[in-house]
Amino acid sequence: MGGLSARTEDGFVPRTREVIAARVDRVADGVVSLVLVTPDGSPFEPWEPGAHVDVHLGGGLVRQYSLCSSPGDLSHLRVAVLDVPGSRGGSRRVHRELSAGDTLEISEPRNNFPVRDSRKYLFLAGGIGITPLLPMIERAERAGREWRLVYGGRSRAAMAFAGQLADTYGDRVELVPEDERGRMDLGAVLSLPRAHTLVYACGPGGMLRAVEELCMGWPPGTLHTERFAAAALGPGATSGPFEVELARSGKTVSVSAERTVLEAVEDVGVRVLSSCRQGLCGTCETAVLSGEPEHRDAVLTGDDAGSTMMICVSRAAAGCDRLVLDL
Amino acid sequence: MTIAPAGGVITLPDDPFSPANITDPYPMLERLRAHGPVTWLETCGAYAVAGFEEVYEVLTDFETYCSSGGLGPRDIRRDAGWRPPSILESDPPVHTVMRRALTGVINPATVRPLRERFTGPAEEIAGELVARGEFDVVKDLAERYPLRVFPDAVGIPEEGREHLLPYGNMVFNAFGPQNDVFADAFAHADAHSAAILRNCARENLDDTGFGARVWERVEDGLISAEQAALLVRALLSAGVDTTVFGIGNTLACLSRTPGAWAALRDDPSLAKFAVDEALRLESPFQKFHRTTTAPSVLGGVAIPEGAKLLLFIGAANRDPRKWGADADRYDLERQASGHVAFGMGLHQCVGQPIARLEIELVLRALAARVETIEPAGEPVPLVHNVLRGFASLPVRVTPRS
Ligand code: HEM
Repeated sequence: MGGLSARTEDGFVPRTREVIAARVDRVADGVVSLVLVTPDGSPFEPWEPGAHVDVHLGGGLVRQYSLCSSPGDLSHLRVAVLDVPGSRGGSRRVHRELSAGDTLEISEPRNNFPVRDSRKYLFLAGGIGITPLLPMIERAERAGREWRLVYGGRSRAAMAFAGQLADTYGDRVELVPEDERGRMDLGAVLSLPRAHTLVYACGPGGMLRAVEELCMGWPPGTLHTERFAAAALGPGATSGPFEVELARSGKTVSVSAERTVLEAVEDVGVRVLSSCRQGLCGTCETAVLSGEPEHRDAVLTGDDAGSTMMICVSRAAAGCDRLVLDL
Repeated sequence: MTIAPAGGVITLPDDPFSPANITDPYPMLERLRAHGPVTWLETCGAYAVAGFEEVYEVLTDFETYCSSGGLGPRDIRRDAGWRPPSILESDPPVHTVMRRALTGVINPATVRPLRERFTGPAEEIAGELVARGEFDVVKDLAERYPLRVFPDAVGIPEEGREHLLPYGNMVFNAFGPQNDVFADAFAHADAHSAAILRNCARENLDDTGFGARVWERVEDGLISAEQAALLVRALLSAGVDTTVFGIGNTLACLSRTPGAWAALRDDPSLAKFAVDEALRLESPFQKFHRTTTAPSVLGGVAIPEGAKLLLFIGAANRDPRKWGADADRYDLERQASGHVAFGMGLHQCVGQPIARLEIELVLRALAARVETIEPAGEPVPLVHNVLRGFASLPVRVTPRS
């Protein structure tokens, strides 16, 4: 998730803290790594692999970046930022204007891409999509899980952390620089489904679409991508908190940035049938009586927007601080 | 050839395919579980897997417990089956492309638009039956409704639809031994097979249904023409009987549990829960086989390579270790999701969203019209090797005022 988009006018101000960019290093062609520390040197709060933070870059610019430091070391956080030519300013600012010692604001870590426990993992990274996978790999390694990473990029020099990954993990890491080996052959990588394996993929849209199609031949629920989260970061999304009124049970719950609507509803003892909890299966579809949902699922199409929502992943739209659901 | 069990496994004399155990499977399933999650069935020459955790493990470990040996008692890799292997009877990578093709065609997003088309017929049939007051759930509703909506969704011609139920009956009974039930089902096998096969051909499918969309994947090179026909055949064989029994079994549960009906009638949004809990308690697809590709240990029992395992879905879905002491009770309050009535993992039912939709719409149509529903005579259980359902289920309904 390399700085997807701004989210400034949704009326929601997440709790932020001031941090210092202790180091600003060029770690690959077009990729800068920021090591962030607290001003008083105190540790950061714990976070889980897959988490991201909002980085306030000044002038109303907010970008979301995956944490790619070690979740076991809370003395600092690290994000890696790709210089996107023609970007709306976030990556430019980081690349051209930021230097060590500068102060920034960041939100607390939030996780739209959590890792489920599994006996085996297959990690697929395209370009800067490697960032959320780094902590996942570390976690899998520590837990003694069997895992493999296939990481594609334009060239070896443009692939952040590639050398370090290959040195540390040897042949569990397969690097596919396009200029040497051509594009990642996802069809080959995913041609033989493996039992008890989850696939975590992060990269550009085209790559994720291909992975999604190929994983239709794997057990349902295998694939986890940053895609929906990424879609969620479009300009219209609200993370929270927002209110959800449950019309039939007469309850109102507040949905914080860390919880899904489904979880919040379950917290107050209202039962909803759910299955995949990833916006894929459509089981938790719920009628929306008022308010505007922001759809983050893969089931509903444009025509349905507004009347129902998949509450396992979808949230309130920007500017909507209250949804009324038929629950 | 049957594989003799290794030492250390309890051998049981029960025959899960005897008429008595077919018509009332639950006492035997309890006996199996009481002797451990994995036992050896002498009459079958197969390991019985009856614990939820163990059934789940077998279903999700498709490398050790393969499907290409067939879902029936014979190993069709050594001893060819009665028809070319279907998606159900394949392993990766053969399974992989077929599954990709099918999931691309049938998934929650493509099934969702069917809700509108499927609602009218459900309401029409429900209205007619409620006006009658007494009816047979199986003949008048469960067999009628899926046949009204499903063949159209696949896009097959009107001609030959009468072969769908008999063909499904053949396919599923063949997942058991070649007993009398099997022989009955296969009495007119050639006529049924030929009619179904005809309907799987591209030129006999309309342009809008799931069938035609499966064939589109031939054009883009994902699957062969042969595979496309097999996939349409899979839809036609796996998609009718199962749903017929799903509807019948759900109404069996509701008609003998008045409190649950009242709750559903007052809050039709409970329909999804009612379906799930019924599929858990009275799972239509009760049992099928896997074959080991390597020696394994399951539920503490060592199993050799090449052995047949008979998975008891009906036992797993009533395992008290998973569902609690009242696992045998129909309870709308229960969190029934996680049951294995649709299988789990690689071969998990592709038609799940369609089946759920059909059963839910039937319940909603009845809930809107029916005050009370109760048995109007003894239900007649169906004698079938692997499916659980009723041949007849008479009920009496009173209309809502
Ligand atoms: C209540 C109704 C249904 C039940 C209980 C049911 C049950 C199942 C089960 C248990 C499996 C997995 C078998 C295994 O693991 O070997 C399965 C697979 C399958 N089902 Fe269903 N099914 C139902 C309805 C449908 C419908 C409506 C369709 C068609 C639209 C369908 C099509 C299939 C197909 C094609 C497979 C094979 C998938 C694969 O091998 O990857 N089923 N079903």
